Amino acid sequence: MSMREISYARAGMEALVEELQRDPTTIHLATDAPPSLVEEFGAARIRATPITENAFSGIAIGAAGSGLRPIVNWSMVTFCFVAMDQIVNQASKIHYMFGGQQTFPIVFRSSVGGGTSLAAQHSQSPYSMFMNLAGLKLILPSTPYDMKGLLKSAIRDNNPVLSFESTRLMGFKGEVPEDDYTVPLGVADVKRTGSDITVIALAWLVHEALAAAEEMAKEGVSVEVVDPRTLFPLDNETMRASVQKTGRLVIADEAGPTAGASAEIAALIAEDPATFRALKAPPKRVCALQVPIPYSPTMENHVFPDRTRIIAGIREVMEAG
Amino acid sequence: MPASPELQREMLRQMQTIRRFEERASDDYQNGAIYGVVHCYIGEEAVAVGVCSALNIDDQIISNHRGHGHCIAKGADLNRMMAELYGREDGYCKGKGGSMHIADFSIGMLGANGIVGGGLSIVTGAGLAAQLEGKDRVAVCFFGDGASNAGSFHESLNIAARWKLPMLYVCEHNSWAASTSSKMTHAADDVAGRAAGYGMPGVVVDGNDVLAVYEAATEAVARARAGEGPTLIECKTYRWRAHTERPGAADPRPAEEIAAWMARDPIKHLVDDLKQQQGQYSDAEFQALDDQVLAAVNASVAFAEASPFPAPEAALDDVFAD
Ligand SMILES: Cc1ncc(C[n+]2csc(CCOP(=O)(O)OP(=O)(O)O)c2C)c(N)n1
Ligand SMILES: [Mg+2]
Repeated sequence: MSMREISYARAGMEALVEELQRDPTTIHLATDAPPSLVEEFGAARIRATPITENAFSGIAIGAAGSGLRPIVNWSMVTFCFVAMDQIVNQASKIHYMFGGQQTFPIVFRSSVGGGTSLAAQHSQSPYSMFMNLAGLKLILPSTPYDMKGLLKSAIRDNNPVLSFESTRLMGFKGEVPEDDYTVPLGVADVKRTGSDITVIALAWLVHEALAAAEEMAKEGVSVEVVDPRTLFPLDNETMRASVQKTGRLVIADEAGPTAGASAEIAALIAEDPATFRALKAPPKRVCALQVPIPYSPTMENHVFPDRTRIIAGIREVMEAG
Repeated sequence: MPASPELQREMLRQMQTIRRFEERASDDYQNGAIYGVVHCYIGEEAVAVGVCSALNIDDQIISNHRGHGHCIAKGADLNRMMAELYGREDGYCKGKGGSMHIADFSIGMLGANGIVGGGLSIVTGAGLAAQLEGKDRVAVCFFGDGASNAGSFHESLNIAARWKLPMLYVCEHNSWAASTSSKMTHAADDVAGRAAGYGMPGVVVDGNDVLAVYEAATEAVARARAGEGPTLIECKTYRWRAHTERPGAADPRPAEEIAAWMARDPIKHLVDDLKQQQGQYSDAEFQALDDQVLAAVNASVAFAEASPFPAPEAALDDVFAD
């Protein structure tokens, strides 16, 4: 497959364009209609909605139940909270509640994370809130390759899929095939192989973990970096196999630790007898501090985890056993 | 276009079916065969029947917590409805929904909904799909006076009007939201007046006169199919029973108010109309109709009773579609 370098944001746009071309039942709903999409697909399919996240999220559900495949962009995840009724009470349950009689293929895209001095409301990583609901699939890509491949799978999936996209990675470039490909939902990716310790990292933290692994290699510590890529379904097997091999675990997440994805991952590792027995030390979580995200850079940088904290976490686990 | 004599008789059959079905549902709820909660539509039958009589099978409707009437008027199968209330495998939702979540997508019934105001935007999406597919379909939202104060009302009606979606928003104004009078919650009691703010027609109709509802709906459907956009139809009506069938639940509504509305029975209204217009319609004929309706309701109970309860493990099915 011939490859080229494009950004994470560009990869998302390519997925959108190709799927809009591929399937005429796809439509796009957002408060901003991307001009290039309007030009190619027309204003009927690429809709600029009023600022009505509740309404256009519900409209997507009704359109999906009537034969269309809506792609909704909430822009920042922040704005989806005024649509929580439609996400929580309707989208996540509607297929089940009606006995499976209708499918609701919808993608809800949003950006997550901080590091941009936008303060508490506009710096959020709330994906674990949605992991807690049965009935939604959740993707969280960390590279342009995964972004494009996962988003295409999400658009082709017959269920509501929430795509959480890292603000910090929008300009990040990586290799993406020229040809059509997908990344299946529910399959983790080992981003670096190692033998002494596993770092399960999410989104932007994958790259910080890779940098940390590079540093630790100089000290002779071999770090494996696992990226779950989708939070539901979550690839237990790959995560457990890695920890069974290394016997040590650090989990890195830009969200806070309390009832977070990191907590779920730690539980999945610990409750599996074979994986538990393989542990040489207690798992360690490297997450944001449990506070709303502050504005001023000195405080914001203090709150978020980064490669330095991952390295400290790795050292702590290595010393513990 | 006035309703033909045949259509009027069909309307009567549907209204009587809703009433008898719910009387039975209420009884069976009291005796424990039906679980959870049941909200009865009795007294408001003319709204669902008048509107749905103006629709085709592929037109779509969405309902709320008080949904049996909308289901029956759209042509839902009584057997599968009753089986759903009974929590059985052959129910519309395989026993996963119950009274508040009956749906039949095959007849354009997009579901009852337990969240007040929840359906307004969903059905607006069905209107968008109809417009994009160019199918000449219309989408109809049934909602209460209580729901009309939710934010989704404003968001959805503005979008539907701006996008000229082929839709009817049918407000069932029964003056009460659970135990709260609309006098306490509505700055202006007529909901239809708000339509002006969205640049769409808003009409107030006697919701206990099925022919008046049918005429208003027919006109709105014609507008929608002609690409002229949505209409807000406010039907003044009243529920005869308490908010839910829960025994002992308080009903703060004045007895005289209830009695006054019960004197304006929508079914009797149509029977009287038929007698006057056609002369030959008789009490005996109505009795025969009622016997048929009761037989159908009894058959639905027999069907429900014969249907097995879902296997406990079926709780794990249908969380996701393939
Ligand atoms: C968002 C929300 N809030 C409260 C309720 C509880 N509730 C159920 S029905 C109802 C009254 C609804 O009144 P209205 O919309 O007028 O419909 P009606 O019952 O009169 O047909 C309320 C408050 C709910 N289901 N959803
Ligand atoms: Mg009401």
